[in-house]
Amino acid sequence: MSQIAKLLAQRVALSLILLFFVSILIFAGTIILPGDVAQSILGQSATPEALANLRAELGLNEPALTRYFSWLGGVLHGDLGTALTSGQDIAENVGKRLGNTLFLAFWAAMVSVPLAIFLGLLAVRYRDRWPDKLISAVTLTAISIPEFLIGYVLMFFVAVKLGWFSSVAMINDTMTLGQKLYVIALPVAVLTLVVLAHMMRMTRAAILNVMQSSYIETAELKGLSLFKVIYRHAFPNAIAPIVNVVMLNLAYLVVGVVVVEVVFVYPGMGQYLVDHVAKRDVPVVQACGLIFAAVYIGLNMVADIVSILANPRLRHPK
Amino acid sequence: MQDQIKFLAGHAIAGKMSRREFLNRAAALGIGAMTANTLLARAAHAQEPVNGGTIRMALQGGSTTDSLDPALTTNTVGLMLIRMWGEPLVELDDDGGITGKVAESFEGSEDAATWRFRLRSGITFSNGQAVTPEDVAATLARHSDDESKSGALGLMRDIENIRVDGSDIVIELKTPNADLPYLMSDYHLVIQPGGGKEAPDAAIGTGPYVLKDVDMGVRFVAEKNPHYWGDLGHADTLELLVINDDTARVAALQSGQVDLIDRVPPRTAGLVARAPNIDVHQTSGPGHYVFIMHCDTAPFDNKDLRLALKYGINRQELVDKILSGYGSVGNDTPINASYPLYTELEQRAYDPDKAAFHLKQSGHDGPILLRTSDNSFPGAPDAAALFQQSCAAAGINVEIKREPNDGYWSEVWNKQPFCTSYWGGRPTQDQMYTTAYLSTADWNDTRFNNEQFDQMLLAARAEVDQAKRKQIYADMGQILHDEGGLICPMFNDFVEATSTRVAGFTPGIKGQVLMNGYAPHRMWVTG
Repeated sequence: MSQIAKLLAQRVALSLILLFFVSILIFAGTIILPGDVAQSILGQSATPEALANLRAELGLNEPALTRYFSWLGGVLHGDLGTALTSGQDIAENVGKRLGNTLFLAFWAAMVSVPLAIFLGLLAVRYRDRWPDKLISAVTLTAISIPEFLIGYVLMFFVAVKLGWFSSVAMINDTMTLGQKLYVIALPVAVLTLVVLAHMMRMTRAAILNVMQSSYIETAELKGLSLFKVIYRHAFPNAIAPIVNVVMLNLAYLVVGVVVVEVVFVYPGMGQYLVDHVAKRDVPVVQACGLIFAAVYIGLNMVADIVSILANPRLRHPK
Repeated sequence: MQDQIKFLAGHAIAGKMSRREFLNRAAALGIGAMTANTLLARAAHAQEPVNGGTIRMALQGGSTTDSLDPALTTNTVGLMLIRMWGEPLVELDDDGGITGKVAESFEGSEDAATWRFRLRSGITFSNGQAVTPEDVAATLARHSDDESKSGALGLMRDIENIRVDGSDIVIELKTPNADLPYLMSDYHLVIQPGGGKEAPDAAIGTGPYVLKDVDMGVRFVAEKNPHYWGDLGHADTLELLVINDDTARVAALQSGQVDLIDRVPPRTAGLVARAPNIDVHQTSGPGHYVFIMHCDTAPFDNKDLRLALKYGINRQELVDKILSGYGSVGNDTPINASYPLYTELEQRAYDPDKAAFHLKQSGHDGPILLRTSDNSFPGAPDAAALFQQSCAAAGINVEIKREPNDGYWSEVWNKQPFCTSYWGGRPTQDQMYTTAYLSTADWNDTRFNNEQFDQMLLAARAEVDQAKRKQIYADMGQILHDEGGLICPMFNDFVEATSTRVAGFTPGIKGQVLMNGYAPHRMWVTG
């Protein structure tokens, strides 16, 4: 048992170190962007005086290293600083946006993960027969089309032509859960189509892989039905790779939905980040980058931990 | 068919179709004259303002990083928000003149160097506080302070002194300016309690609405201001959504989620207009898409080379292909008919022979580098490619370098000698020239240094005789047309669209976006 604890501790420590290096990369990356925030805030209407005044006020004249360490110190205390452009508290704003993004990601996951696993199982059950081929064809087609195109096509037919759903997925606090679910129907549909194929294919492949094992043969020889073989014997052994791909796609649902958020005007992290990148609002970009990195690293860590717990062989590295 | 007949009736009321034609069309649809007349009457009734309801608009340009401080407002969303909660001293009227808002009336001294504004009595801010001359003076002072970050700072630079005289505000200028009232209509200069020094983004003003719900870059809700003095604002509630994606904005209108959108992409405007429940509106404006050359940098420091490029551009082709016809041909000055004192100059047309002649005169040989990016104006890289083609026919070799959108305004515009750009225009010629063509202008993006031009500008500014001023401006336009570093192929119209759920959209003030920002206040909900 202590062996597992040690492995897990190692894995968590590794994630934290990774996150630290990512923070350096993020900071360095935002520094080398062309232009500066003062210029970008004022845009084409920047006069030299206004520019100088704004630069001084925003503290842009301090050296980069000083700014990095004061930023990191703040982050460790849970203080993400204030946005240069609007002067608002970043943690507060990001909290709201992140909540929205997680809300969308949650419902997309609620639809796509069970659906993907079910379709994967179904594909194995009818391997190389028409249901398998149909499922693969449809999901692979969906993943091959750019998200914005799927979004526009759904918007045009389902929202504009048929009027079934809203083309604007702008949720706000005054809405009930039911109203929110109604307006996010289309983005959830797009996200589901985008992540479905990956998870479905992985489920199918992982289970087929396990199906080659001798214990499956034994189970089959015992006379168990094919579905029971898959469900009772193959699936538990295929959990690790499936969890891996599910986590990867969950991470995508949180950090990769910029395009979908823009198309459906969803007030999530994506739009928030894009606006601030455009204005060179460095603290916000850094905060978002760090949160995205943490989500990615965190979900990957969870996937690894599940793998370690699910597969005894990984606990005894050679 | 119901929709169709409604649509026809709407057209008949709006004067796009005669009554007889309407009755004929209705008959063709199998509707008797009596019924058709009733329908027409009902449609006409819908043309009278109705109070109540919600007008929802989706606009482009807002961002999470915006501020409610009017001094920092730069985009249409910000303008529309200011229009909801606040008002400047004076405002443009539909005929291109000036009408009072917070100021009831105004008058200038004979030399146009001192201006007196009489405040409207008994009006209050939305928090119930009375508007005092001190508030007005403090507002103007905040925007003219040297430390100010205000977008209006450039306009305010010539102000020597602002003082309160009883219930009046007196503005004294360093140099006379007959256009001062126009400057005071600038949307940044909205009157705030205490000048907005304490809380610049509190959104407290004298406007017809009060902001109730603010989510920067996302959504805003405003309700009627119970303290409002004027007669604007028919709807009880205004809702403004920021939708920057063109397709999403148009879809929101088509699917009935909003009633009013701005910036319909010219390419699809024709298609959008075909829908029976949507009206597309086209307003000519002072905004123009440009190619700018630095007059002090080789090879553009040669007048013949500049002329070669001016003759080498096919203006009509650009209007047709880049603006899809939603615009008009430019003439290498920033001024068009939307300015009050405009005079027409002889139109320069595409002429490859003349271009080749001037190229030869200039002695320049080799390629000319043009920088462009998508955000300098919509379709700029395509426009650059068309320019390249039309120049090639004249033997001019234009090379195009596509720059990233990010940092275009800080790294390319006003730095590189030849690039694409746009101007939004200004309410007066004086302001447009002062902003960008005076030798000492901050945004002299063509590096145009012409002493005679500068002197004429100052003379026109102080001239109170409108006929004389008009002549000076005409002469200045001619100088820019011949000598300047500006290639102005086209003026872009504002293309806006409304659903038939609302009415009252008029072309409004020439050259202003969304009826000068008053569209939601002057429109009403019909059903």
